[in-house]
Amino acid sequence: MAGTTRRTFIAGTVLVSVLPLASARATPEAMAAAIKEVVGDNAIREGRVTLDVPPLIENGNAVPLTVSVESPMSEADYVKAIHVFNEKNPQPHVFDARLSPKNGKAMIATRIKLGDSQKIVAIAETSKGEFFSASADVIVTLAACLEDLT
Amino acid sequence: MTNVLINAPKTAKKGEVIELKALIMHTMETGFRPGTNGRIIPRNIIERFTASWHGSEIFRMDFSPAISANPFVSFFAVASESGKITFRWTGDEGFAAEESVAIDVA
Repeated sequence: MAGTTRRTFIAGTVLVSVLPLASARATPEAMAAAIKEVVGDNAIREGRVTLDVPPLIENGNAVPLTVSVESPMSEADYVKAIHVFNEKNPQPHVFDARLSPKNGKAMIATRIKLGDSQKIVAIAETSKGEFFSASADVIVTLAACLEDLT
Repeated sequence: MTNVLINAPKTAKKGEVIELKALIMHTMETGFRPGTNGRIIPRNIIERFTASWHGSEIFRMDFSPAISANPFVSFFAVASESGKITFRWTGDEGFAAEESVAIDVA
């Protein structure tokens, strides 16, 4: 490596250290692709969906998240599915839930992991084939999945 | 050994919308974290959670590694008939757990 200058060496190490990191994270594009897989060519409208998640999170390992959708939940018009996506975890999916008129109320609460400060998107699919969405920005101070504490 | 916590009313009026809460002990290992030896710990998560009321499915949820350890889920159901509500979790490495609660619908 006689021809290696300090400059090319540094450029090389930067490339090596940046590339694996870039591929190990979902990106806003990956989230858009995951959403596209669910929604297809249908239009997504804002509204009807409420995504309740604290704006500032101390511990990304357990973030309380509630999704509720305004819907009569009758045989004629009900929420068929609720999907939640994220931007910067290793994978864009969070969960997919299937509902029916037997639920009476389209509301789900759970706890999720967040690897970074990011945007969360919830999408509701109605029995009529409409899609509604809501999003929330979350700031995380201690990210999930960093190290094995055990 | 699995530990499950279910929170559901014991009685309900017919047609009433009730909240059901279920919590299960599980590490939900994402498959993205290195362990103390520097190697990635293999993924071990619960992939699916279902609930059935008297044998017919009323709710289904597919988890991803982004669900927290000891997954907690809360959802709603219309009280239809007296019987059992069964909660079932299945996942990686052949994980399967089931828990039922009885409910009286008047």
